[in-house]
Amino acid sequence: MDKIQLESFLKTIASGVEIKEGKQYLEVTVPSSSLHQLAKSLKEKEESKFDFLFCLTGVDYGTELGVIYHLRSTSYDHTVVLKTRTADRENPILDSVCDIWETAEFHEREVFDLLGIKFKNHPDLRRLFLDNSWGFPLRKDYVDDINIVTK
Amino acid sequence: MLPEIVALNTSPTLSVPWWKVVYDFSALTDWIDKSLHNSMSPFWTTITEMLIIGVLILLFYALVGLFLVYAERKVCAFMQNRLGPNRVGPFGIFQTIADLFKLLFKELIPIKNADGFLFNLAPFIVIIASFMAIAAIPFAKGLHAIDLNIGVLYVMAVSAMGVIGVLLAGWSSNNKYSLIGAMRSGAQIVSYELSVGLSLITIVILAGSMQLSVIVEAQRDGWFLFKGHISAFIAFIIFLISSTAETNRGPFDLAEAESELTAGYHTEYSGIKFAFFFLAEYINMFIVASIAATVFLGGWMPFHVGSWEGFNHIMDFIPPFVWYIGKTFFVIFLMMWFKWTFPRLRIDQLLTLEWKYLLPINLFNVLIMAFLVLMGWHF
Amino acid sequence: MEEKEITNLTDEHQEYVINMGPQHPSTHGVLRLKVSLKGEIVKSIEPHIGYIHSGIEKMCESITYPQIIHLTDRMDYISAHINNEAVCLNVEKALEIDIPDRIKVIRTIMSELTRIQSHQLWWACFGMDLGGLTCFFYGLRDREKILDIFEETCGGRMIVSYNCPGGLMYDIHPNFQKRVKDFIKYFRKILPEYDQLLTGNVIFHERSKGIGTLTKEDAISFGVTGPTGRASGFSCDVRKHEPYSAYDRVQFKEILFDEGDTFHRYLARIDEMWESMKIIEQLIDNIPEGPFAVKMKPIIKLPEGEYYQRVETARGELGVFVISDGNKNPYRVKFRSPNFSNLSVLNHIAKGFKIADLVAIGGSLDLIIPDIDR
Repeated sequence: MDKIQLESFLKTIASGVEIKEGKQYLEVTVPSSSLHQLAKSLKEKEESKFDFLFCLTGVDYGTELGVIYHLRSTSYDHTVVLKTRTADRENPILDSVCDIWETAEFHEREVFDLLGIKFKNHPDLRRLFLDNSWGFPLRKDYVDDINIVTK
Repeated sequence: MLPEIVALNTSPTLSVPWWKVVYDFSALTDWIDKSLHNSMSPFWTTITEMLIIGVLILLFYALVGLFLVYAERKVCAFMQNRLGPNRVGPFGIFQTIADLFKLLFKELIPIKNADGFLFNLAPFIVIIASFMAIAAIPFAKGLHAIDLNIGVLYVMAVSAMGVIGVLLAGWSSNNKYSLIGAMRSGAQIVSYELSVGLSLITIVILAGSMQLSVIVEAQRDGWFLFKGHISAFIAFIIFLISSTAETNRGPFDLAEAESELTAGYHTEYSGIKFAFFFLAEYINMFIVASIAATVFLGGWMPFHVGSWEGFNHIMDFIPPFVWYIGKTFFVIFLMMWFKWTFPRLRIDQLLTLEWKYLLPINLFNVLIMAFLVLMGWHF
Repeated sequence: MEEKEITNLTDEHQEYVINMGPQHPSTHGVLRLKVSLKGEIVKSIEPHIGYIHSGIEKMCESITYPQIIHLTDRMDYISAHINNEAVCLNVEKALEIDIPDRIKVIRTIMSELTRIQSHQLWWACFGMDLGGLTCFFYGLRDREKILDIFEETCGGRMIVSYNCPGGLMYDIHPNFQKRVKDFIKYFRKILPEYDQLLTGNVIFHERSKGIGTLTKEDAISFGVTGPTGRASGFSCDVRKHEPYSAYDRVQFKEILFDEGDTFHRYLARIDEMWESMKIIEQLIDNIPEGPFAVKMKPIIKLPEGEYYQRVETARGELGVFVISDGNKNPYRVKFRSPNFSNLSVLNHIAKGFKIADLVAIGGSLDLIIPDIDR
């Protein structure tokens, strides 16, 4: 499917999503509540078959925290980008997609480690690189006077 | 008393050629024995002889160990497109001596929560086992410390004792890798001892004796490898495989599998205690190689072919000690060749190889050999 | 209390836990695997990573784009050139710069040389993991020749930093073409020697066939790419699917196997070396004339937006994801490293095999630890 077909297909299976044509890929912004359900149908629907989660990125947008999922279908070779955000910076919780793509287990641990986003239903959510006493270094408000030199 | 030998040489009454007399060490050893008896009581003679032999074997042991380490490095370098040691002394021959000094000066690190007594005892058990085995090996005619009538059995029994040291080392060093290594080594040596024994028994049937000197004498008209043809050849191959396994050398070096268990049972050892394990490995290799050389390739016996008197005479010119060392080092080279070209086996494959392939073949081979001897179908 | 201890001791499911690493000969770096054993059999593997986490993604947020290139060298240091290329391609794509053919061709040749030397090093270490120590020297002997070519042209041997946004740091050395051709001629003769030493060995077959089988579905689900994924039948070669640089103008085969065991992961890499040589041969005589770099602005600012660039490193798909807010520093950079995903599959495929198999499987995944930790 090309971008246009994909866009119309997405409109049929999901509601309340914001679809934007990005520079490279189709970008879909999903409310965090319906992320898991959309992800599941994107993988399982015969028309889309997004079976390969090739990148999972956590982003700090300043006021909000978000996660970006890059999905590809190995059968059709089309790509879509899912984005979701949460405004809760103190205790951000999103749904885990571990049960859909197993690679998410490590990637979500990484996001938890570096940004502090918790994932619901993650089988083994522990810090990955750093120990428990560290802050969340990829957040924009992270301060480390000793190790980080800012200009 | 030396002139006595010279007198023997020139004596026209003896039909034995002079070189055979010179190469026969029994005259020399008899002379030492006799002269000691003349000057002291029998008790002190025995003590003195034991001391002399002990010192000589110790010296030999150290020399062989050092040389084998050097040889292994050179052979391995040859296999791997390298030069090997070439800085200390000409062609790097003093490299191992330098390494020995390094190991001697190294700190003996005490291990927390290790069983101190067994931890320190283990390297000695390993080294004593190999030390004892060397006593029964005939290096040349008349040149062996003790000529037991059960020589083959003795060497096997004593060299298998080393595994106790390995097991103790692995158990007492309070290290999980060491323990796995020791357990592997136990399983491995207990299994492969069978194959070593059976392949030697094949030749014992042919020789009709367990005495190593008799076995060597019996190969006067041809080595057992050729006399026992098919059966002896199979036994030789099996002996090579299983003795490589018994000395814990690659491709059977599971006990110290570097990439899996870091260093296996001797992970926690340092300094001279590690050197003991290291040395014992090479001496064990030397022992099994010399057993192979003695039993299959005629030991110090020159290469003789049945009734070709002329040919046999020419072969006799080469001293028996050279023959012996040459054959032993040939077998050692084979073992080094295995180590540096083959990947390592896995523990279950190792045991499968022994129990499912080598042991049945071996048992069958013993039967064939018995049949050949019974029918007189050997040379 | 006492009673509880006794039940623990008699519990037959009690596990024997060993720590493989952070210092262990076969983890090839500071990777720590917590391995639970029962006898020799591996019950579960828990990777503990982060020993050399250097915060590259965080650092990238405070440095400029040309500076990022030098950090990417330090991730997967064995295929450093390809990592550089990923960042450069991303910047060039964002700025919509047309890259002259000469740069594309040189980048492709260098990438393929990097791939060959990476696989040589892998072969050397894999042989060593299986106990065949001689392999190590054969592999390194031939790798040295490529490193010499790198040294002549790039100045660096392993960490080359030869790319920069808009082209290359400097032109190729006059000897470059001749030396590469000599190397290809030499390596075509020497590669069958690798097969003689390891591929045909019975012990090696026994050790690797049917060990650590990864199905295609699992490979996709775990995001396992590169030769590891392709050995399981997962067609994931970025060079084929999304050609970059000069890959659209060369003929080569994507190596695919269906078995997905250690042996086929091995074969996939050996065959890939042959394919890489083919690619280089097609390009080396046809390097077009032209500039070696496009004139760039002194301060590179990416227009606001999100940019994703995939490249095929020697270990799999490397993704560089840049979120730019229009400044000279990126707002967020994410490296989708191939080794990170490949490591996650280790527990899944090595469970139930023996320790020795774990070493073989770990070797066949070809992990580079700094790329996992970043």
